[in-house]
Amino acid sequence: MSTPMGFGRMHRKEDARFIRGRGGYVDDVNLPGMLYGAILRSPHAHARIVSIDTSAALAHPKVKAVITGETLAGLNLAWMPTLSADTQAVLATDKVRFQGQEVAFVVAEDRYSARDALELIDVEYDALDAVIDARKSLDPDAPIIRDDHEGRADNKIFDWEAGDKATTDAVFAQAEVTVTQDMLYPRVHPAPLETCGAVADFDKVTGKLTVWCPTQAPHAHRTLYALVAGLPEHKIRVISPDIGGGFGNKVGIYPGYVCAIVGSIVTGKPVKWMEDRSENLMSTSFARDYHMRGEVAATRDGKIQAIRVKVLADHGAFNGTAQPTKFPAGFFHVFTGSYDLRAAHCEVTGVYTNKAPGGVAYACSFRITEAVYLVERMIDVLAMELGADPAELRMKNLLRSEQFPYTSPTGWEYDSGDYQKTLQLAMDMAGYDALRREQAEKRDRGELMGIGIAFFTEAVGAGPRKHMDILGLGMADGAELRVHPTGKAVLRVSCQSQGQGHETTFAQIVASELGISPDDVDVVHGDTDQTPFGLGTYGSRSTPVSGAAAAMVSRKVRERARQVAAAMLEASPEDLEWAVNESGGAWTVAGTGAGKTIQEIALAAHSSLELPEGIEGHLDATCVYNPPNLTYPFGAYICVVDVDPGTGQVKVRRFIAVDDCGVRINPMIVEGQVHGGLADGVGMALMQLMAFDEDGNHLGASFMDYLLPTAMECPSWELGETVTPSPHHPIGAKGVGESATVGSPPAVVNAVLDALRPFGVRHADMPLTPAGVWRAMQGNPIRTDLAIS
Amino acid sequence: MRVSVTVNGQNYVRDVEPRLLLVHFLRDELRLTGTHWGCDTSNCGVCVVQLDGVPVKSCTVLAVMADGHEVTTVEGLEKDGALDPVQEGFVQCHGLQCGFCTPGMLMTARWLLDRNPDPDEGEIREAISGQLCRCTGYENIVRSVRWAAEKEASV
Ligand code: FES
Ligand code: FES
Repeated sequence: MSTPMGFGRMHRKEDARFIRGRGGYVDDVNLPGMLYGAILRSPHAHARIVSIDTSAALAHPKVKAVITGETLAGLNLAWMPTLSADTQAVLATDKVRFQGQEVAFVVAEDRYSARDALELIDVEYDALDAVIDARKSLDPDAPIIRDDHEGRADNKIFDWEAGDKATTDAVFAQAEVTVTQDMLYPRVHPAPLETCGAVADFDKVTGKLTVWCPTQAPHAHRTLYALVAGLPEHKIRVISPDIGGGFGNKVGIYPGYVCAIVGSIVTGKPVKWMEDRSENLMSTSFARDYHMRGEVAATRDGKIQAIRVKVLADHGAFNGTAQPTKFPAGFFHVFTGSYDLRAAHCEVTGVYTNKAPGGVAYACSFRITEAVYLVERMIDVLAMELGADPAELRMKNLLRSEQFPYTSPTGWEYDSGDYQKTLQLAMDMAGYDALRREQAEKRDRGELMGIGIAFFTEAVGAGPRKHMDILGLGMADGAELRVHPTGKAVLRVSCQSQGQGHETTFAQIVASELGISPDDVDVVHGDTDQTPFGLGTYGSRSTPVSGAAAAMVSRKVRERARQVAAAMLEASPEDLEWAVNESGGAWTVAGTGAGKTIQEIALAAHSSLELPEGIEGHLDATCVYNPPNLTYPFGAYICVVDVDPGTGQVKVRRFIAVDDCGVRINPMIVEGQVHGGLADGVGMALMQLMAFDEDGNHLGASFMDYLLPTAMECPSWELGETVTPSPHHPIGAKGVGESATVGSPPAVVNAVLDALRPFGVRHADMPLTPAGVWRAMQGNPIRTDLAIS
Repeated sequence: MRVSVTVNGQNYVRDVEPRLLLVHFLRDELRLTGTHWGCDTSNCGVCVVQLDGVPVKSCTVLAVMADGHEVTTVEGLEKDGALDPVQEGFVQCHGLQCGFCTPGMLMTARWLLDRNPDPDEGEIREAISGQLCRCTGYENIVRSVRWAAEKEASV
């Protein structure tokens, strides 16, 4: 693969270090005199803390400090704000509210001693009844979890609604056909292979705090640390090194990070804290946990008219979801999906339970995963009711290309789409009709084969800032571009890659705008002292927002180059034309051969060349990109499964995924991200189980219990693409990082339920484990959020 | 306890606690941080190294068990400035994203090709089935290993 001048399949720049084992992840940071922290966690889901005795731990010869909630309370740090303007205990003072909650922090000379000392801390608890089943959280006799809130008498966090209730109810009242289905999108955890951790180094002399931490949002972390800890913001430097996978798990600030900082301030030494896998699964941001009731109104001949949804949202013990302030249910209200319908309404009630906080931490595009799952399951439920083919039913109801830009019943403005084309391509690739014939033959023989379809529309790349902020920080992102005298460039961006290949993709964007080689562009990210402010990488926003910023800042530089070139050529800037050929970009005088390459211009911009009044020398620029709208990628997925009638074991035989994410900057990287998301879908649909017993014991707290897909469960993915550019993005690109995670679970579930059609099963909740499938076949589906009884 | 371990051809002698895991010996004692750690239960495989040429999960081996043995880590794959074909394959076929699982995958891939120079897709999948990747959906890892096999067959 040769290096393209701009977009195209280019090998990744970051690979050179990773394949040599020279990535630099947080646990690779090693500072002189560094100490190690470990966290003591609650064994109870709900209990009052009677006493904490740390004396034996403090007597351990290698222990340097033991920090408790009481220590933190003295510093006014026992509680910290969450990303949803709630508070979360850093170390518990009054009560513990979920199993695995942080209770004490030990700082010792090495990893093993820190762990040893945890065993020496004696905590006396007074166990309380726990709220585990979200559906019982609002019962009048439910224990109050957040009694730290003045005057609180229940476990409700919020009631929220979107859409037009009156119109929707009226459509339902007159509908020829209505279907209703309850479904759970169970709690899942993104489980990146690198767990969370931090190294904090507070320099007493300079007053500077440096925190190495695998954060997807380094600038937001810096501002929050300033607000929480009262440290001056210019004295805080957050370095987000190479991240071993994020998927939303590494957006928020966890108690361990604050503890590492306090540990460093207290001991005067750098402190490293790395959680283990159980800690990661039990205490850091989970995702979903939406109990949904969907209703669809339609005509007898299959025209969908309205959708109505009620959701009970389990947010755990602290409301810590990371999402734009005005949207307590994230972007769930995009649930009308890809379909043309008249009316829609949803109500979401958020509740506290005695489980870890979180909610939007798994490539979910702020709850669009739940919305897409709901509508795609409902379409299949309707298809079953009407005896219609699910592909035909979708084809009939999908938005048509001439309807774009399209304003949805709940107020979203979809930027562009050509849905039928995408679904048709997926069906052609799958050989849909032949698959149906094969299925019919197999059914006659008693074999269970299923074909599942899902069509999704995503809404990614938040802001605009006037509608979207996180804790008051507007969702716009900065970029800085400097072209050196010899024509080599450095781009600085606010977002941070967790494997998405920003160093390559963003170099390609600059390269394409300036007509230079991507090899001549270095991308700097992940260090707040070296990059402009911005909200970071999640919700598939890097390319829609920072990618746009990279293009816009390049165009600013190109404009400056035009002025410089005009001075060099003694021509008027208006007479110059920009052109890129194989040898690169140049400004040339229209109609003549005279011109200057970007490299020549860069040198002249730094030289003694006299520049016109008002034109600064050098070749650099900054910009802040405030997206005018979200981008709306979409796709059609088809999954083929075989189910073992004797065991309920599901085998994913084929998976066809056609994604439309607008213009693809590096198709290789796009396809890689789709592959990863499809595996996520298989995992969530079939394996990843995070249930709790009635005492609140976490039943998925290790990789022995929380099963992730291996190469054996994943088929060879079959990808296709259509390209419908975003009209408002400077290069027509849309986000794609989460598309496959959003779109694939319903395709898999629809396939399994399609296979189970002979048993009359209309719905069963994820994960469809062999036990779950088998029970569904017996007409006895299970609650997957609770221990199987 | 005193251990003497050869890592990537170089001998190291260290006094270690008997409970020290090989993964921590490599990472914290020898500062060979290419080998990663990712779970408590021997499931993820980001810690895979070769012990006397056989892939092992170094989180499940004590440093003292490696006494007198040879360990090869990802840092030992490149020879005299030449990348191992499996390393090249992962670049060519986009076999990595965040890179966290990559060292372990590379060590298993190297072992596989040493004993089976022409593995098919199923054999590759089986070889890496004790290791997780959260980013790639495995597709391009499989292709990367195939690329390396073909490259080795062509020289
Ligand atoms: S660290 Fe997970 S298997 Fe070794
Ligand atoms: S590349 Fe990220 S886990 Fe494999």
